[in-house]
Amino acid sequence: MIAMRRRSVPVGEIVFRALCLGAVVVPLVALVALLVAVIAEGVGRLDADFVMRFPSRIASAAGILPALAGSIALVLLTMLIAVPVAVGSALYLEEYGNRGRFAGVIEVNITNLAGVPSVIYGLLGLEIFVRFLALRQSLIAGALTLSLLVMPVIITASRESIRTVPNALREAALGMGATRWSMVRGVVLPMAAPGMITGSILALSRAFGESAPLIIVGAATFITFLPNGVMSSYSTLPIQIFNWVSRPHEAFQTNAAAGIVVLLAAVLCLNAVAVLVRHRLQRRRN
Amino acid sequence: MESEQEQEAGALGMASGSVLRGLPTGADGTSIEALGLNAYYGQKQVLREVSMKIRGGCVTAVIGPSGCGKSTFIRCLNRMHELGAGARVTGRVALDGQDIYAPTVDPALLRRRVGMVFQEPNPFPTMNIRDNVLSGLAMTGRLAAGQADEIVERSLRAAALWEEVRDKLKEPGLGLSGGQQQRLCIARALAVEPDVLLMDEPCSALDPIATARIEELIHTLAGKFTIVIVTHNMQQAARVSHDTAFFLGGALVELAPTNRLFTSPRDSRTEDYITGKFG
Repeated sequence: MIAMRRRSVPVGEIVFRALCLGAVVVPLVALVALLVAVIAEGVGRLDADFVMRFPSRIASAAGILPALAGSIALVLLTMLIAVPVAVGSALYLEEYGNRGRFAGVIEVNITNLAGVPSVIYGLLGLEIFVRFLALRQSLIAGALTLSLLVMPVIITASRESIRTVPNALREAALGMGATRWSMVRGVVLPMAAPGMITGSILALSRAFGESAPLIIVGAATFITFLPNGVMSSYSTLPIQIFNWVSRPHEAFQTNAAAGIVVLLAAVLCLNAVAVLVRHRLQRRRN
Repeated sequence: MESEQEQEAGALGMASGSVLRGLPTGADGTSIEALGLNAYYGQKQVLREVSMKIRGGCVTAVIGPSGCGKSTFIRCLNRMHELGAGARVTGRVALDGQDIYAPTVDPALLRRRVGMVFQEPNPFPTMNIRDNVLSGLAMTGRLAAGQADEIVERSLRAAALWEEVRDKLKEPGLGLSGGQQQRLCIARALAVEPDVLLMDEPCSALDPIATARIEELIHTLAGKFTIVIVTHNMQQAARVSHDTAFFLGGALVELAPTNRLFTSPRDSRTEDYITGKFG
């Protein structure tokens, strides 16, 4: 007779399951603890005034308005520069470039660039944009630097997305007399767009929270006006937070915590938009 | 071979054989002639010195075992073969006497005249039924405002799909059944108003009922277009074509009126293949 009785679960299985569970729970607990601590400290400081005021030497009177405005302006500018260039190069590499040795070299380079620490991009930006192109400590110099940072990520995400478009559809378009560009515009781009958009938003939300390269290219830590053009000096939320955290006075620590809450909320919003966009475009496709 | 084709052409129109009853021919259709056609993938030669004449307005079936080069052959007729990595073509293909591999020919413009239907139905997933039909015109910048509705109806009627989809033109093309999708792809190809229609095993992904509908459709299209259909199904070739070409190992073995090829093949390899000794 074949034994149908359920055997006891082997010990190895139990241990492995426990390890996996631990791998999920430990970082989650750490993250939640961090969030709770920051929110508990900062939420009391958070009100309309905090968001609408300019920085001040007096902690209780200081606000994040120029930093928030600077962050938004910087990310919008970065988006305008990085997304078209990155999507363009992804399309070139996937749809036009031939698969020679040269393409392999570029491939490896882009993948490596995505892993370069952001400080390095800051140094590059300092040399090229701030000094050589004499853009100084301007919004555009910061945006160009952040563009360098996010482009490899957007290119990689876009290429993945373009590769999911079946070749049969390209042939169908070309077979009706479409040129390569009209085929790309009519068939490849609409299908690859959701992946490109999500990739871009996630990369930009990383840029939103970036501080290291901006410190190097000269974002201001104390600024009393809103950015008024691409050559304007600027501050950003992470820079403002960094500045407050480094002050000895306790009240500034509270300001920093409140700033972090705003930053987190903004990044979460961006990520939520990415999820929504992807969801909507995919539903439309089915 | 050419004169023989012409001799029997008259007989075909009068339905000499049962399989060809009612299959019309179009006297003024676009003819295609391949001369010493070779095709390569990298170092591998997939077509060897193929020379054959495809009669205008007729249906020509291309048969042969897997890997015999039959798909490659029709992909050389609209210059789709050269799109593959490392793919190369030498020799001559003339469309109504004009060499399509001449340096002055724009492959995109050529493909407007020589449409193609693929093995797997491949409607565009981001488009609804209507937009799928119009996609070729839209992508070649020739979609005149105000004509769209008429073109959609005419193309879908020509592809025998209109009655089934007239009330759901705004629904996605992928929502249709496999057979309907393939007819949508045929409608899409017809909307561009080609002279020649290449069909690369258009029924191989379809069930027998859907296959029968496509074959019926080929009957109604015969005479209006020059059709070249690749098929691995010899019965299908017998049902839908005027002429049949048998390929083996990248070379053309025999081209003859379909009736003749299946009843009295001249080459022993053709006979072995159609009697099922290999393949």
